[in-house]
Amino acid sequence: MTEIDTGNTAWVLASAALVLFMTPGLAFFYSGMVRSKHVLGMLMQNFFSMGLVSVLWVLVGFSLAFGDGGGWIGNFDFAGLKDLATIENLPGYTGDFALSIPVLAFVAYQMMFAIITPALITGATADRLKFAGYTAFLALWLLLVYSPVAHWVFSPNGWLFKRGALDFAGGTVVHINAGIAALAVILVVGKRRGWPREAMPPHSLPLTLLGTGILWFGWFGFNAGSALGANALAAQALINTHMAAAAAMLGWLVVERIKGGHATTLGAASGAVAGLVAITPCAGFVGGIAALAIGAVAGIVCFLAIQLKFKLGYDDSLDVIAVHLVGGIVGSLLLGLFADTAVNGLGADGVFFGGGSTLLVDQLVAVGATILFSGVVSFVLAKLVDLTIGLRVTPEQEAEGLDLSQHAEVAYQFGGVPR
Amino acid sequence: MKLITAIVKPFKLDEVKAALQEAGIEGMTASEVQGFGRQRGHTEVYRGAEYTVDFVPKVKVEIVANDADVARLVEVIVRSAHTDKIGDGKIWVTDVESFTRIRTGEQGADAL
Repeated sequence: MTEIDTGNTAWVLASAALVLFMTPGLAFFYSGMVRSKHVLGMLMQNFFSMGLVSVLWVLVGFSLAFGDGGGWIGNFDFAGLKDLATIENLPGYTGDFALSIPVLAFVAYQMMFAIITPALITGATADRLKFAGYTAFLALWLLLVYSPVAHWVFSPNGWLFKRGALDFAGGTVVHINAGIAALAVILVVGKRRGWPREAMPPHSLPLTLLGTGILWFGWFGFNAGSALGANALAAQALINTHMAAAAAMLGWLVVERIKGGHATTLGAASGAVAGLVAITPCAGFVGGIAALAIGAVAGIVCFLAIQLKFKLGYDDSLDVIAVHLVGGIVGSLLLGLFADTAVNGLGADGVFFGGGSTLLVDQLVAVGATILFSGVVSFVLAKLVDLTIGLRVTPEQEAEGLDLSQHAEVAYQFGGVPR
Repeated sequence: MKLITAIVKPFKLDEVKAALQEAGIEGMTASEVQGFGRQRGHTEVYRGAEYTVDFVPKVKVEIVANDADVARLVEVIVRSAHTDKIGDGKIWVTDVESFTRIRTGEQGADAL
């Protein structure tokens, strides 16, 4: 048995709070980019995840992700938090992977990841989801997509973990998973009416930049917290996270300025988030200079990936695919090049550090498996919800705006005739 | 009586107002409007996607005046709103059929 370490516990508890704060951050990041009639709809889709996912997580979600069920999915042993307050360690968490924090701290910390991951999808489907359909999709997706993939990658019993694929804080589980699900859902619900002919500019970039700041701040809990300890590895992950965000912002802005003539605030925000996404799988496995390189590459590649939607004709409203799917793939694959056991002995060496191509192949398998599984199951779930409850609002509701049609509220009331 | 309607650049509103007060007007109405004439809008770029915005923000000033004052007031607006750059705006004058002060019920010039 491993002793509970108070320092480690304090850091993981604080990290849980930091990661929770990312979801309102994401809500503002996204809602600043939509038009003013859809702001509350976007905020609500994100905030609602804090309600529904939290409840489902303690009832069954955690158990399906971290229960003792073999390589593919957990089981129901921990349903309703059963035994988690007294158990010494989770299945598979032995030896080098033994937790030195209370299991409940880990449950809470992982809950915050489960909340934000499906919320990431809402950026792609902005301005057109029916709220009732969204809630059903959210519940199904959490239990049938998120929990299994978290088990594969995060649980030491998971098949990808055992195979040797590395994912420090969720490049596959969170970003690729949500990114490919976003593509699947927009293939089901279709484009916004008028896209791309009609202009749909952001209504408040200050909100988007505020949200970016909150995300960046919370991401220290996401990545450095994933060390599950207050130690040198957490410090390495924290500085890597910061440097990748900084380098990605610069990378995005340089290319944007060269191609379009201006460095924009939305570009600065998007670049930073792209870097944060790409460093997520790598944060505790690479050195600081590698983090700079990974961030810079992500900033440039994700900017260029925005053009995909115009070429291929899918309406990824707020570029979840370009930032999270592409950024997640960039990070997960670059980890196969930059991973260094001098940074983390439990990791592996990538191509640049004498490890040959073994890790890179494992990373490719993890990326491919996540895309295939999440893409297919997400598509089926979205189709199922669309055929039963309906996943898209009517054309009239879409024109009126999600705020009024879905929630009977209006975000802004200034000027005009008093009501 | 006439209604003078002027579309001016928003940052010129203060100068126009001061000049009209100087010229003796008793009241005016100003509203934020959008439109275009020879001056077109601008282009905005979000994540590399360009949007053309045709409408330009302007301020619409409305003054009701006695026929004898109209030419002078139009002259005052032209002078105070002028920048010599495209988009300075327009002024037009229309007939007013009736004019009433709500508080007292006074009509015509008495209501000014």
